[in-house]
Amino acid sequence: MTAVEEVPLSPAGNPIGFGNMKRVEDQRFVRGQGNYVDDVSLPGMVHGAILRSPFAHARINGIDTSRAEQLPGVLAVITGKVLEGIPRPDLLGDNFAWMPTLSYDTQAVLATDKVRFQGQEVAFVIATDRYIAKDALELIDVDYEPLEPVMDAKRAMEPGAPIIRDDKGQQDNSITDVHGHKDWESGNAIGTAEAIAAAQADPDCVVVTQEVMYPRVHPAPMETCGSVAFLDKVTGQLTLYTTSQAPHAHRTVYAMVAGLPEHKIRVISPDIGGGFGNKVGIYPGYVLSIVGSIVTGKPVKWMEDRNENLTSTSFARDYHMTGTIAATKEGKILAVDVDVLADHGAFNGVAQPTNYPAGFFHIFSGSYDYPNAHCKVTPVYTNKAPGGVAYACSFRITEAVYLIERLVDCLAAELGMDPAELRLKNLLRPEQFPYTSPTGWVYDSGQYENTMRLALEMADYDQLRREQAEKRARGEYMGIGLSFFTEGVGAGPRKDMDILGLGMADGIELRVHPTGKAVLRLSVQSQGQAHETTYAQIVAHELGIPPEDIEVVHGDTDQTPFGLGTYGSRSTPVSGAAAAVVSRKVKDKARQIAAAALECSPDDLEWQLGQWHVKGDPERAKTIQEIALLSHGSLELPDGVEGHLEATTVYNPPNLTYPYGCYVCVVDVDPGTGQVKVRRFIAVDDCGTRINPMVVEGQVHGGIADGIGMALMELIAFDEDGNCLGGSFMDYLLPTSMECPDYELGETVTPSPHHPIGAKGVGESATVGSPPAVVNAVIDAISPFGVRHADMPLTPANVWRAIQGRPVRVDMAVE
Amino acid sequence: MQVSMNINGEPVTADIEARKLLVHFIREDAGLRGTHWGCDTSNCGTCTVWVDGEAVKSCTVLAAQADGHEVRTVEGLEGADGLDPVQQGFIECHGLQCGFCTPGMLMTARWFLDRNPSPTKDEIREAISGQICRCTGYKNIVDAIHWAAEHPRTNEVTA
Ligand code: FES
Ligand code: FES
Repeated sequence: MTAVEEVPLSPAGNPIGFGNMKRVEDQRFVRGQGNYVDDVSLPGMVHGAILRSPFAHARINGIDTSRAEQLPGVLAVITGKVLEGIPRPDLLGDNFAWMPTLSYDTQAVLATDKVRFQGQEVAFVIATDRYIAKDALELIDVDYEPLEPVMDAKRAMEPGAPIIRDDKGQQDNSITDVHGHKDWESGNAIGTAEAIAAAQADPDCVVVTQEVMYPRVHPAPMETCGSVAFLDKVTGQLTLYTTSQAPHAHRTVYAMVAGLPEHKIRVISPDIGGGFGNKVGIYPGYVLSIVGSIVTGKPVKWMEDRNENLTSTSFARDYHMTGTIAATKEGKILAVDVDVLADHGAFNGVAQPTNYPAGFFHIFSGSYDYPNAHCKVTPVYTNKAPGGVAYACSFRITEAVYLIERLVDCLAAELGMDPAELRLKNLLRPEQFPYTSPTGWVYDSGQYENTMRLALEMADYDQLRREQAEKRARGEYMGIGLSFFTEGVGAGPRKDMDILGLGMADGIELRVHPTGKAVLRLSVQSQGQAHETTYAQIVAHELGIPPEDIEVVHGDTDQTPFGLGTYGSRSTPVSGAAAAVVSRKVKDKARQIAAAALECSPDDLEWQLGQWHVKGDPERAKTIQEIALLSHGSLELPDGVEGHLEATTVYNPPNLTYPYGCYVCVVDVDPGTGQVKVRRFIAVDDCGTRINPMVVEGQVHGGIADGIGMALMELIAFDEDGNCLGGSFMDYLLPTSMECPDYELGETVTPSPHHPIGAKGVGESATVGSPPAVVNAVIDAISPFGVRHADMPLTPANVWRAIQGRPVRVDMAVE
Repeated sequence: MQVSMNINGEPVTADIEARKLLVHFIREDAGLRGTHWGCDTSNCGTCTVWVDGEAVKSCTVLAAQADGHEVRTVEGLEGADGLDPVQQGFIECHGLQCGFCTPGMLMTARWFLDRNPSPTKDEIREAISGQICRCTGYKNIVDAIHWAAEHPRTNEVTA
């Protein structure tokens, strides 16, 4: 089971096709020659800083900026009132004080009437120096009238709860999607309810209900968000350097928000220091840097500090889930029903396809074969930062996988059955693919049992269970946790999926120069995914041009065709497919040109990597490089064949791709302190064809570390007064080299049948699949204390409380 | 105030505010953008440089404190004989993805290997435990530093 066949090597020693290839990006990064947004310095550039609300909920009675304006070095102080005075000529709002979110809600750029979360943007200072800009923030006097904050999603739904979005005339804190729905439902409500009722009445069945919270976490990339904006008043050209995972989508939204003509906007995402979903949304700070440049006529740089990043930009999760699973006593799953209270914060800023307001959460039926599933997601506003889809979540598949994998373990505990055995009994079988899930997804391909058996074998599962039994007898608590996940990635088919009306198809352009070197222009943006390396490998695989002869251009809207960007693991499934398709177009054209040169019919030619030759006569051949030169030369071309060797395409995926995997985590828990040590982590991923296995494995490593972090450490909690308790790396704990083990990776390869190269994407697989494996392991370790569930993060304190039978709500600092 | 220091062998002098952080001096006054900034609280280590041969978090040092001292940054790692083995190790072992934490990791790695030329992997883990990487999950960084230990510069074929 290897992903990579033998491939020829280029003169530089790189695979002409798929295989491990050192990253071309590394050459600049190891020398400190990357170019991140904060490295951008334009002539005359000045600096912006944002004054943020100390209150989670307060009325603004007045803002006095006069002292700040007098500080030497301050060029301008912008408030919501100033923005209200700038009319905005579009349909999305009246003025600059409010902007549209990616979910058709509105969000304040600068607060005018009220502040609605701690850290909300209140004023923007522009000064000659970043230190002076921050000094000036201290000199702005805001008259706040504190209001009762709503920090708990459950409280938000109570009658009489303070109304957060009175700006919209709301009578309660419910959220309505663009289709007018307040509850987001999927699956078969009646069939699921009936199946669960029947199981309840049947002595040969069990029904287990479990409340499971996926608390609020934050992607926290090492580089915070920021931008440098310059509006050239003479040409009317806006250039925006910005931390964006989706430069083209951002440009279009700026055209809408700022009312600027789109052809005059250039969005450049240079090197991005990690994204993980944090850099999908459009933040007030980006808009303010643009406004700042309009006001001052100078380039304006705005970079968040870490506190701003953690308290105001896209959080993730905050899903309060109740799951009910019904099964026979033999362990055959019959039905799953799920109720979710979804905390969206003060503005509905989730970034996901319009028709999927709860993202892809309804893939929660998971990797198992049962006919009835139903979920209802109820979204609410609270006085917390907006966002909601971020942190490598695959459009909320993270929450879905966590829920079903916890439910399956709870069911195993109820049945007294080994969780591996229970999973094996219910996994989808290879002959069931393509498989239509109870909530309507069409899984493309899978050999789930193979993958799971490989993971169990690598872990030596039976031996681990024996070791566990021996240790328990000695009073030592080790745990073994499993997870099996299926994701649907690569959004998406344009008939179903759009963001703010923009269909999720990706353009691409490939041009082969006369000397046979090529340039590939991508719409997707790398934040560390090595696109400059792997996309060259795709073209090399298709055309036989050595990867070092292919330049990959990305991250600049002026230089690349339109596409929706990198998130939801969509680059390889969508733009990766586009790269193969555009290469094949070039190959087809090359065939016509080769036929003209060889004076034969194109039908008489056959392709052998890197050249077209006459069938049965490999000596009569033209290499792709020779064809490139001929295409630019004086060779007479047949009617209908234009000169030059280039092509463009827009790839509209026919379906999502469905990567999957099985993970095993082994932990040791100290019951006296609650300390958890992750001893081993085994991950077998099946993401179809692997373009560059080294890069795939690197992404899996990173995702497992994320999962360990979320399961054990990471949390954005709040106190009753609305104070964010995760606003710095002192409080928001990220895993270090000490918490992460030496991962053990395996692979199976089941190509996607509809993707041109069979690849499925892997960027978020491990972030999705690893948290339940870690949590299941910890619960398994402490199950002798009667614990069946405890919410993340399983910090020593929370594990200890669970052991004592005194769990607390982890997301609120209330006892 | 006027502050002068030697960065990677070059003298740099600038008139700055006394409160200016060394990381900002290096990035803005010396124009060396390889040293990054990642947190407010001295937790992430992406700003790590050397001052007089000791690895320090440059967000936690005032530029004025480095007045008259020797500073080395990631830009000073590559020698006439090519990349430092830690730089090569990160390439060989895929020790970086977005590259943002990399300069700090490299400066700590070189500092550490100079003091412990043949470390165990556990010792390497401890050496980088003050630095956060969000992309790699650390395993390949540990392997990269181990690779560098096994390929010391003296053994490198020089061009
Ligand atoms: S910037 Fe984070 S430790 Fe220096
Ligand atoms: S490589 Fe991205 S933070 Fe380390």
